[in-house]
Amino acid sequence: MSLETGNPANVPPLEIHDLTVAYRNKPVLWGIDLVAPAGKLIGIVGPNGAGKSTLIKACMGLLPCSSGWVTAFGRPVTQSLKRVGYVPQRESVDWDFPVSVMDVVLMGRYGRIGLFKRPSPEDRRIARDCLEQVQMLPFAERQISNLSGGQQQRVFLARALAQESDLYFMDEPFTGVDAATESAIIALLQGLRSRGKTILVVHHDLPTARTYFDWLLLLNMRVVAFGPTEEVFTPDLLQKTYGGRLTILSEVAEAVRGQGTLT
Amino acid sequence: MTLIPEFQAHRVFVEPWTTELGSHGLMALVTFLVGATCGLIGNFLILRRMALVGDAISHSVLPGIALAFLITGSRGIGAMVLGAMVAAWLTHGLIELISRHSRLKQDAAIGIAFSTLFAIGVVLIAVFADKVDLDQDCVLNGELPMIPLEPPVRLGGWVLGPPPLLRLVGVLVVSLVLLVTFYKELLITSFDPGLAACLGIRVGAIHHGLMLWLAMVVVASFEAVGAILVIALLILPGATASLLTDRMVPRLAWTTVHAALSAISGMHLSVALDCSPAGATVVAGAGWFCVVWLFSPTEGLIPRAWCLRRGSVDSRLRSPELRQHNESP
Repeated sequence: MSLETGNPANVPPLEIHDLTVAYRNKPVLWGIDLVAPAGKLIGIVGPNGAGKSTLIKACMGLLPCSSGWVTAFGRPVTQSLKRVGYVPQRESVDWDFPVSVMDVVLMGRYGRIGLFKRPSPEDRRIARDCLEQVQMLPFAERQISNLSGGQQQRVFLARALAQESDLYFMDEPFTGVDAATESAIIALLQGLRSRGKTILVVHHDLPTARTYFDWLLLLNMRVVAFGPTEEVFTPDLLQKTYGGRLTILSEVAEAVRGQGTLT
Repeated sequence: MTLIPEFQAHRVFVEPWTTELGSHGLMALVTFLVGATCGLIGNFLILRRMALVGDAISHSVLPGIALAFLITGSRGIGAMVLGAMVAAWLTHGLIELISRHSRLKQDAAIGIAFSTLFAIGVVLIAVFADKVDLDQDCVLNGELPMIPLEPPVRLGGWVLGPPPLLRLVGVLVVSLVLLVTFYKELLITSFDPGLAACLGIRVGAIHHGLMLWLAMVVVASFEAVGAILVIALLILPGATASLLTDRMVPRLAWTTVHAALSAISGMHLSVALDCSPAGATVVAGAGWFCVVWLFSPTEGLIPRAWCLRRGSVDSRLRSPELRQHNESP
């Protein structure tokens, strides 16, 4: 594969340089610098208000950056949108919207369909295929408000699959879903990774973060640590990320104890 | 003299369709066209929670027209439409400016923007009363009964109809073309603007385009029903349709049905009560909304209360797949 088409071995799927984001002159993210490796499942963890969602929104160009730049596959994200997929938080949309599950998944294809055109039979085939992968095909014609939280999350995931991207940003896909959906989602993400895709996932739950992700980004306004999970998931670094919050600390202690060897 | 005219079935129900077809029938056609056009775009305003932006834009038409008249000195339709479009655009810009660059939320920004522009219009007309030969009532309440009296446009041997009617047909056709062409973009930017931006769809451009389209629809409608009643016709048909279906295309179809029913029943109501046909149409439209709100098979208050009393759960919870899902660990 030539460099022009984005050789994953040479061009990092995501590179962030000196990124600073501020809301009303109050910085939320400070000087973020990182280069994400290809073909990894990367968890973004940190306390509330650490700027996890802000980071991925800024990467997608949805928020203005005060300084710094973000590239995907060596080009500004706005120029490589076709290779970048996004799963927003489930609560960010109105689930009473008058569309069916199929319509929502087809929206993932809109970037490829282009102006003035309608979804082709091929787009529908891909959408059905993606629904099948998340076991939601029987619900294709259902209106979206008639779904449980876990089912809504699966629909969002199917929509992201339909984008056929190489780099994915997911904002808390495990929030408010049942255990069956959670394991289905993680299996799906691992499947994507094994096909060479890079996935960044905002995640809330520390104990599962250790088992789910290859790499972890510990974030608290700044990058506290970014690296392979076994190197980064240490009491010191977690304490640095979460500060002195007692409940979190005991959670950390438990998580690390469960890990055994690193203590 | 009685307060309510004596009810004459023949006059109320038959004559509008026979001898009075040229006046009452024509007015009903105009209110239908306004209701259908406003209703189509209104659906997207409702879905984007922008119902009141329509209200704001319809009010800002007044200063726009007054200014256009002061500048050009003509009462030609071209200058009026241009002035109103510019004012509508300004309102929209002002709302964005205030809500983006202050702590105020959009509803407060709308309140400031449209009342200010409307007041400027009132002041302009009062100050330049001798120069501005504008009928404020006409802008606010419309001049529906005047439309059948305008000389019709003729093309060859064909009588096409009065100019406002033709303008409305034109705006409806343009609206349908826009709707079909940009349906995909309108849908996704209303449902999930974040994803739309990520897919490379220009969310801002679609938003501004929608506002321009709204300005055109409002301007074309206000001479028929007035700037105040336009808001009712923007929201009522779409709101009624939303209680009848949970899919977009049937919803647009029901919107048109509501516009037609409101226009026809409004016509009969205005003949029976001898009142303003525009007002009667909105009252009739609100009546249809109430009927649907009470009796809609899926969303109606009465069918739902009936289901609860019979102790049966929401129908969607009884479907086999969901039950299976709920029972799974």
